[in-house]
Amino acid sequence: MAVKSQLCSVWVGSETGILKGVSLSKKQAFNFCEMSCLTRDQEVCTMAWGDPHETEVLIGCLNGRVKTFSTEKGIFTESRECGDLSQGRFTGLAVMDSSLITCVESGLLKVWNEGSSNTAEINVGTGVCRMRQNPSQRHHVATGGKENPLKLWDLQRPDKSIFTAKNVANDWLDLRVPVWVRDIAFIQDSNKIVTCTGHHQVRVYDPSSPQRRPVLETQYGEYPLTTLSLPADQASVVVGNTHGQLAILDLRKGLVRGCIKGLAGGVRGLQCHPSLPVLASCGLDRFLRVHSLKDRTLQHKVYMKSRLNCVLLSSRDLELLWLHIPQSWPAKPKLPLITKRGVCAFFGVQGLYISGSNLPVSSQSSVSCKAGTADPGGPEVTVPASAPAWKILPWLLLAVWWN
Amino acid sequence: MSPGPNFDIPQEESESAGSSFPPTFSLSTIKNKQRRHLMFMKLKQEKRKQKLELRKKRKKERDALGDKAPPKDVPKTIENQRVYDETTVDPEDEEVAFDEGTDEFSAYFNKLTNPKVLITTSDRPRGRTVRFCEQLATVIPNAHVYYRRGLALKRIIPQCVSRNFTYLMVINEDRKVPNGMVLCHLPDGPTAHFKVSSVRLRKEMKRRGKDPTEHHPEVILNNFSTRLGHSIGRMFAALFPHDPHFVGRQVATFHNQRDFIFFRFHRYIFKNEKRVGIQELGPRFTLKLRSLQKGTFDSKFGEYEWVHKRHEMDSSRRKFHL
Repeated sequence: MAVKSQLCSVWVGSETGILKGVSLSKKQAFNFCEMSCLTRDQEVCTMAWGDPHETEVLIGCLNGRVKTFSTEKGIFTESRECGDLSQGRFTGLAVMDSSLITCVESGLLKVWNEGSSNTAEINVGTGVCRMRQNPSQRHHVATGGKENPLKLWDLQRPDKSIFTAKNVANDWLDLRVPVWVRDIAFIQDSNKIVTCTGHHQVRVYDPSSPQRRPVLETQYGEYPLTTLSLPADQASVVVGNTHGQLAILDLRKGLVRGCIKGLAGGVRGLQCHPSLPVLASCGLDRFLRVHSLKDRTLQHKVYMKSRLNCVLLSSRDLELLWLHIPQSWPAKPKLPLITKRGVCAFFGVQGLYISGSNLPVSSQSSVSCKAGTADPGGPEVTVPASAPAWKILPWLLLAVWWN
Repeated sequence: MSPGPNFDIPQEESESAGSSFPPTFSLSTIKNKQRRHLMFMKLKQEKRKQKLELRKKRKKERDALGDKAPPKDVPKTIENQRVYDETTVDPEDEEVAFDEGTDEFSAYFNKLTNPKVLITTSDRPRGRTVRFCEQLATVIPNAHVYYRRGLALKRIIPQCVSRNFTYLMVINEDRKVPNGMVLCHLPDGPTAHFKVSSVRLRKEMKRRGKDPTEHHPEVILNNFSTRLGHSIGRMFAALFPHDPHFVGRQVATFHNQRDFIFFRFHRYIFKNEKRVGIQELGPRFTLKLRSLQKGTFDSKFGEYEWVHKRHEMDSSRRKFHL
């Protein structure tokens, strides 16, 4: 179990309550659950990383329990009762300094402190669809929902929201534009917030500017946008709608940069990798798909037998790095690799598969470089652990440069 | 006069053909249409003769070998060559069994509800659609036909739920002919949208039997192998009551082939243990799934479980989804 969970780089929650881990390099999916005691009310509503090192996955279930799954041990370590069915589904889970933040559909945002039973509560309004935490300022959370405009809350001053968005002006028929915030994301290195709505609009808000109306508004498609995600390169956003259409929109002018094809059902979960141009999407058609954002092609497609609700990509897992390497490279001259013992090994560099569970290189574990195509079969040269960092680092930099 | 080249049979350059030596002529260089046509007919007859000779030769060889002849090859059909679909349901799969055991149809399959179907049409239907709906109501037990009166489906659905209907079937009509069907499972179930074609009413059927009786028919669901196919198959199964009346000897068949679902309604009689006689009664039509939406009918804001996207899904002739 532990071995399997350590291999997985993508975690998916399904409607049947099963947590699935997928290892893309081995092209295998594993179920982590007890098959005998599955019930529909254990349906996974949201998932979040429990800690910054991504060793724990927090799963919010329909019946109000929040389970913690340890990726290193491969078992559910903890389960706490954080609400019940009457309050609605979980719409967001976050962790701040060892306390758990949960938000449900009825608008109850609670901060559960570790150990002590006192909880801070905020009522963010009814009909909440999503709650997200700012990854750089962990005490800021944003909530939004159906007829519930985007609100930014500071958990240290919970009485009033820091920022409440104002609805846009009446449309050309002078009718009030309905509000339905479906998903929220914080743009890195700036104060801005992107939201996508059920009325197929994508809006960017800037809480630091005096205007409460959106700074940028665009539309995409004719169907409600269900999720969005921000890729590694700034100024773009990936949105998915209920029809299975995924699009990359540019946030500078609000134009569509491209569409990603392949999904047959509504998109329920979307996540971009923090550094690589890789996108994982899951939806009602029971498939997990991994696309490359550079050329918008499908890299992996995995059939999971239940409808999928949410997806989590692990950012530190380097096995995703190999997806990034093109299949056929231009002819490069053969390179010698000098190991510590001074033996030259000549090998044709066609692709580098770097496997290693820890970076930075200066750690004590050994880093082995395999040369070969993306289907590694080439000779393996191990640079032993005691090799100083100055010898290993240039080769790793070279590998990244090949890329 | 200068002797010009012989234009009757122009010579093709041997290097352009590659494999032809001595050089042969090509039909496309004959400019005269009638002569070209004649030459083409001659070519076709030649080919046909050669094919027949080859077949006769093979048959003679096979007869000469007698018992030792190798078995005949299975001809390739599109169904044989179907691309393996990874969503094909394995009967022993626990997860899929759990998923199906607790989905929206579980109330029907656990015998908690009885089907009650409301059949209606798009607004102001013409004669053919009206007759089709009436015939459908005789085929499906406990079905009621109501006139649409321009009502919105989203308003009809809560009323149906309160009157214990389990299905809402809306036959859409275009140019006086039924061409679409929306099948909505009622309490909160999936909504399937089909394209209906080749509708044959009872009058148009040849050698048909007498009108169907009130007995509950048996249901046959053929070839629904993938996960999506299973969902649709269960949807059709839940239209009919659980207990078929074998006395009535009527059977409704939904046969899936190449993503088209063929509906037939027959009456059968066993003449002896091995021979059955069947009479076709009732309407026949073909369905093709266009979309499956989770939840009751809401085409604008509903979430789709499967949408047919022609350019992405129909690119291969050997890939099917149901």
